[in-house]
Amino acid sequence: MSVGQRFDGTHAVRAEGLKKSFGKTEALTGVDISVPTGTVLGLLGPNGAGKTTTVRILTTLLQPDAGSAEVAGIDVLKHPEQVRASIGLSGQYAAVDEILTGKENLVMFGQLYRLSRKAAKARADELLERFNLTDAANRTLKTYSGGMRRRLDLAASLIVAPPVLFMDEPTTGLDPRSRNDMWEVIQELVNDGTTVLLTTQYLEEADRLADEIVVVDHGRIIAQGTADQLKVQLGGERLAISVADGSDIDLASRTLMSIVDGTGVSEHDLQIDADAHQLTVPFPNGARGLTEAVRQLDAAGLEITDFSLRRPTLDDVFLKLTGRSAEEVENDAEKASAA
Amino acid sequence: MSEQTLPLPTTPLAGARQTAVSLEPVQRSKVTEILVDSVVLAHRSLLRVPRQLDWLIGVTVMPVMFLLMFRYIFGGTLQAAMPAGISAVNYLVVGIIVQGIVFGGMNTALGLATDAKEGLMDRFMSLPMSRMSVVLGRILADLSITVFTTTTTIVVGLAVGFRPTGNVGDWALAIVLMLLTAFTFSWIGAAVGLWLKTIEAVNSIGFSLIMPLTFVSTAFTQTEFLPGWLQGFARHQPFSVITDTMRGLLTGYPEVGNNGWISLAWLVGILIVVMPVTVMLFERRAKS
Repeated sequence: MSVGQRFDGTHAVRAEGLKKSFGKTEALTGVDISVPTGTVLGLLGPNGAGKTTTVRILTTLLQPDAGSAEVAGIDVLKHPEQVRASIGLSGQYAAVDEILTGKENLVMFGQLYRLSRKAAKARADELLERFNLTDAANRTLKTYSGGMRRRLDLAASLIVAPPVLFMDEPTTGLDPRSRNDMWEVIQELVNDGTTVLLTTQYLEEADRLADEIVVVDHGRIIAQGTADQLKVQLGGERLAISVADGSDIDLASRTLMSIVDGTGVSEHDLQIDADAHQLTVPFPNGARGLTEAVRQLDAAGLEITDFSLRRPTLDDVFLKLTGRSAEEVENDAEKASAA
Repeated sequence: MSEQTLPLPTTPLAGARQTAVSLEPVQRSKVTEILVDSVVLAHRSLLRVPRQLDWLIGVTVMPVMFLLMFRYIFGGTLQAAMPAGISAVNYLVVGIIVQGIVFGGMNTALGLATDAKEGLMDRFMSLPMSRMSVVLGRILADLSITVFTTTTTIVVGLAVGFRPTGNVGDWALAIVLMLLTAFTFSWIGAAVGLWLKTIEAVNSIGFSLIMPLTFVSTAFTQTEFLPGWLQGFARHQPFSVITDTMRGLLTGYPEVGNNGWISLAWLVGILIVVMPVTVMLFERRAKS
């Protein structure tokens, strides 16, 4: 039997002009979002950018100061209880009970989704099986690994196979292998027709999963589009070189600038990673310009250990949009919260 | 917003997800929904109890320790002040019992603050369940725990010289009064837990509210020993009146008299004020 509410809407999530302040802090300053049915939207931004506030509004946990929102065709402000029956929420702020076993958690949430106790038990077994947790079903969550706990958390949000799933930083704190497993599960859900809105601080995650990416910073949207569209905004390909000797970095940067001279690329566009001896610069010269580039680097007497032409990553996008790398933004946020 | 979105797919939302289970919600009346959800959550809270043995031992041992301390440290002194033929042990044990019941309200405060901190509150709020059941389920579970700790206190009391004289009818009335008291203080605890956001604040502020209430009272002393300006409060505050009613019912001293009705009035009055305040605090929390 196939399940899930259906509606003819083309967008599973639509929000317009969402605003929210906490005291004097403006958390959202007018956010518009729409997620076409059956696709994944990645809400990308540093800590404190407004990602979680957006999710909390869309999942009826928070009332916006202004704006409107519709989820699964239902008005979030007018019929919050109907919205709750059509969504699943999973991630850092929607927890499961650590002291209960995996199965006890799922049965409880099933009953709270208004399933009969019998149906809740059967559904719990089904989900435990599907998420490879059957062996751990009767162990308390305290004994679960980080990856197992996330899977159980996700299972809890899938009890009634909701058409729209919200995931708040689904892989934060997971090791690379568990992260990969999680990505596969999410991909599978999307293939099944679930619409997913996920927030993430990881550019790689947005790149891998999201059909469309919305970049938020300081409570507003600073860019949106597909990963490819965002990368195109950066003006195409980039040339990355690594030099063997760290003291050659100055010479290498002068040489690179002379290679791209006359193409409109300025020194601000040059990225230098001193630790890795790596330099990256936008390269509008095209494939043909490569030979000339190699010749000039050679003529300058530089020992090059790596030379590649690559498309910009979302990290480059973030740097360009916010003036900070994703990592710097992260460090800033940590400092701010520590202060 | 800018029209940069993908071509719109026309597939229905939930496609190939297969399940052998009917996921149709059970249709119930609003009241039944609230009850069922409360029982589900009370069951959840009670499942946690045996797995937090240190906590359970703590809440059970505390009244027992109070009981033994007061019985053996102050029992003798207080006996000298009691009217002839009235047992100070009987007098003190009932005070400890009622104090334990009032302290039970702290469990509700701490439980709700913990759920909020651990993110479970948000999960519950995102479900299509009756939201008030988050509070009601907690109160229901805490009532069961208080029944357990009170029974323990009474049994230990009997072992150290508590000699109740009440008949079956008196006991029945006393039990009803104990339950109503536990229920009322659980609601006060719910309000405190929803009002204060952190567990630490609940612990410190909760106890600094509860301690004077239970000590500036008739629970462990005769009010004549208190300074004059405190006597009026100590004699008439609800905790004292409830304790004295319970004494009248279980041991015959002081006589119940009007205390029964005054206790009832206090408890109902407190509930009339605290229940809407709790609901208001809960809704404020649910929206922010």
